[in-house]
Amino acid sequence: MQESETQQNTSVERQGGASHGTILSYIAGFVLSVALTLAAYFTFTNRTLTDPLLVSVIVGLAIAQLLVQLIFFLHLGKESRPRWNLVAFMFMLMVLVIIVFGSLWIMNNLDYNMMSPKETDNSIMKDEGIYR
Amino acid sequence: MSEITSSAAAQLAHEQERGSKTVFGFWVYLMTDCILFASLFATYAVLRNNTFGGPSGRELFDLPFVLVETLLLLTSSFTCGLAVLAAHRGHKRWVLNLFAVTFLLGLAFLTMEITEFRHLAAEGHGWTVNAFMSAFYTLVGTHGAHIASGLLWMIVLLPRVVRQGLTVANKRRLTLLSMFWHFLDIIWIFIFTIVYLMGAL
Repeated sequence: MQESETQQNTSVERQGGASHGTILSYIAGFVLSVALTLAAYFTFTNRTLTDPLLVSVIVGLAIAQLLVQLIFFLHLGKESRPRWNLVAFMFMLMVLVIIVFGSLWIMNNLDYNMMSPKETDNSIMKDEGIYR
Repeated sequence: MSEITSSAAAQLAHEQERGSKTVFGFWVYLMTDCILFASLFATYAVLRNNTFGGPSGRELFDLPFVLVETLLLLTSSFTCGLAVLAAHRGHKRWVLNLFAVTFLLGLAFLTMEITEFRHLAAEGHGWTVNAFMSAFYTLVGTHGAHIASGLLWMIVLLPRVVRQGLTVANKRRLTLLSMFWHFLDIIWIFIFTIVYLMGAL
């Protein structure tokens, strides 16, 4: 048992130290992904939640599905050490967060600074709760 | 005898080394492609409200249609994974059948996406109308272009598998193709959530 496992680990087919998973893991991944997609869709179309809550639920479901597919389909984290794929993925995530949230932050700030005097008045009154 | 074994072992180790480097190299390519999509997502997020008086996603997107697209792509990702599993177990017929199903599902997805684009453009919501539509077509269209190149890859690779069988090199190519296909499915989850669902809010 131990020997056959070692042999499998060193065979050419085990490329990149990545594992291939089993039929069961693919079925589990597929069922979970479909369930999460449908959950997101019907949570959205039912509209029982308030908007900010709805957005966080949908984004949460998308991230859950990302993890499901990374683990069950792309077998991330199941490769043999050292886990360079995982390291590359983590670095990509860091760059992604900087690009996406950095862009939104900068552009919102720019938007705020590019307001006309009237828009500035309205924005300040709204922030301070002053109504005219 | 022992010489033959050791040279075979050396060749095996060499192939393994090469295979592992190829898979890692391809993985790094996928990560850089993720960064490309991240910048397109950022562009979309910044420009999504700049409709220049035109309709927003709420009026434009047909959610049931997009749900069907999503399920098609998800199923194709599943059959693609099963095909690679079959490849590593040496079932050539299953590999070809499952990849044929993957190809047809991918083609159906792409056809639906092009139909949606044509429909939007015909109603006067082309990519030149406003910044929101430009960002939308660029993001979703880039994904569609990736799907098209995945389909082209299948057209090139599968006849090779038919002719040469499941050689070590072909199995490696099939593994890379499946990684690419799963990756496109993951990108689509975020297009579905961020562009279509949140856009229709």
